[in-house]
Amino acid sequence: MKRFVPLVIAIVAGFVLLIANFIPYAEGWGLTAQEWFNILAVGAMVLGGGNLIKLQLMKISSKKAGWGYAAVTVVCFFAAIFIGMGKFGVHPNELYPNYAWSGYYLEEGSGMWWIYQHMIVPLTSTMFAMLAFYVATAAFRAFRAKNTEATLLLVTAGIVLLGRTYAGVWLFEGWLPDWLLWLRFDNLTVWIMDVPNTAGTRAITIGIALGVVATSLRILLGVDRSYLGQD
Amino acid sequence: MSESKQQSNGLIWAVVFIIGAIMLVWSMSTSRTGQVWVTAEQHAFVQNADGDWAKTDAASATSNDIAWTSYSSVPDNELTDEMISSGDAKMSWSRTIGLWLSAIFTLFILSFLVGDNPAYKFAEAMVVGTSAGYVMVIGLWDVFVPNLLGKLFPVMVQNWALPGMDASVGTQLLYIIPAILIVMLLMQLMPAGGWISRWPIAFFIGITAGYRMIGYVEADLVAQIKAAIIPLYETGADGTFAIWDTMNACILTIATLSAMVYFFFSIEHKGFVGKTARLGIWFLMITFGASFGYTVMGRIALLAQRLEFLFGDWLHLI
Repeated sequence: MKRFVPLVIAIVAGFVLLIANFIPYAEGWGLTAQEWFNILAVGAMVLGGGNLIKLQLMKISSKKAGWGYAAVTVVCFFAAIFIGMGKFGVHPNELYPNYAWSGYYLEEGSGMWWIYQHMIVPLTSTMFAMLAFYVATAAFRAFRAKNTEATLLLVTAGIVLLGRTYAGVWLFEGWLPDWLLWLRFDNLTVWIMDVPNTAGTRAITIGIALGVVATSLRILLGVDRSYLGQD
Repeated sequence: MSESKQQSNGLIWAVVFIIGAIMLVWSMSTSRTGQVWVTAEQHAFVQNADGDWAKTDAASATSNDIAWTSYSSVPDNELTDEMISSGDAKMSWSRTIGLWLSAIFTLFILSFLVGDNPAYKFAEAMVVGTSAGYVMVIGLWDVFVPNLLGKLFPVMVQNWALPGMDASVGTQLLYIIPAILIVMLLMQLMPAGGWISRWPIAFFIGITAGYRMIGYVEADLVAQIKAAIIPLYETGADGTFAIWDTMNACILTIATLSAMVYFFFSIEHKGFVGKTARLGIWFLMITFGASFGYTVMGRIALLAQRLEFLFGDWLHLI
């Protein structure tokens, strides 16, 4: 019961989607299965949220170091859900003005829009922006032209970095003859992206696709059962 | 850190903050720094004889009609003194507070550059809580309500939040299955009986395997192989030999094949295969270098946007 039923569910669900691609009659099954998948994904989000809150509440109740921050997380979490689900500040859809709840929850000026615009956007984009410093300093410390491979990586990164800025043009302005203009970093960047980068990415993509197909087949044939756990 | 070094650090930061505060006060006294102005738009609807609602002039709306006002932000460069004096534009307190909070949160996150501190931790806790709540709201409104509740209770959902939904199909009892699977999934939060969540997880795994297998074969494997098969002899529009295009096509083909040979481990990388694999590594290194450069530039662009927000949208200095 603990292992056999989930195994059958995984195999049947996977084959239904496979069959749906080859038999027109079964096309609807695939669409239904995908819709169920999306519904379950929301369930997984709720599970993730529940888990987050459970851990934060445990931290607060045991007064662990930093429990105040856990309280901030819990308050923000419930405030976002309350404001978003309650559609605070949302006007009705203009097509159905007599339905108070028909408006879009992210409408400009609504509560959820305010949270997204003034909290989520600045916080997340600044966090990602800060990575620029850390990636750059880590690269400065780690990048050493020790061998051919490392040199190629270093030189390409340098060309692309400069080629994507005005420096790529400015460095060669005035002294480079016309017939050597292709050496300008902005032109070299375009060539690197179009030719060697395309080839490398293509090889990696084909490798990943083959890996995914092999792993999927192992699951569908019941060879890979690691998702069932130990007991 | 020694006490004298800590003191000098504190002094430096105090000077920085004082200079910042002076600049802010100066900017606020000379411009609309840190303010968000909005224009209002009236919406009014009147019920006609058929019972349908039609848009009407807001000025003529009565108490029986439905009316509301929506606001749109006015960019600072479009805001004129006439708009303010005529009352067409007015300052929005909620958006102004939002702007200040955005700026403060941006500074809180950036403060991590000088070391971990309570301001950063506070902002980090906020981003975790709000993002988790936001994602859940999206999932519930975009998927759960229309695709599950809408299928199980169509009339109720239509009358409540989705008036445009087709409720004529009636209740689709088959959708009880995903509802039960969700309950089983949530059993993982219970102290006992967590194993039951394996059923929905198995459904996830099965669907992902079936979906990804077809998706990757179609979009990646076949499409990439198809794109890799290109003529190695290129000609221009006038039919003459195009040396650069030919060379690029040859490099592209050789690079793809050699990089794929590197990933092929069924043959020992010795002799010709070894040399080809080594060439493949070189092309892969160029790919990684290009990806690195692009990633760094993407992050720098994001940083520039945040600085633009701080010095432009907030402080109006640029």
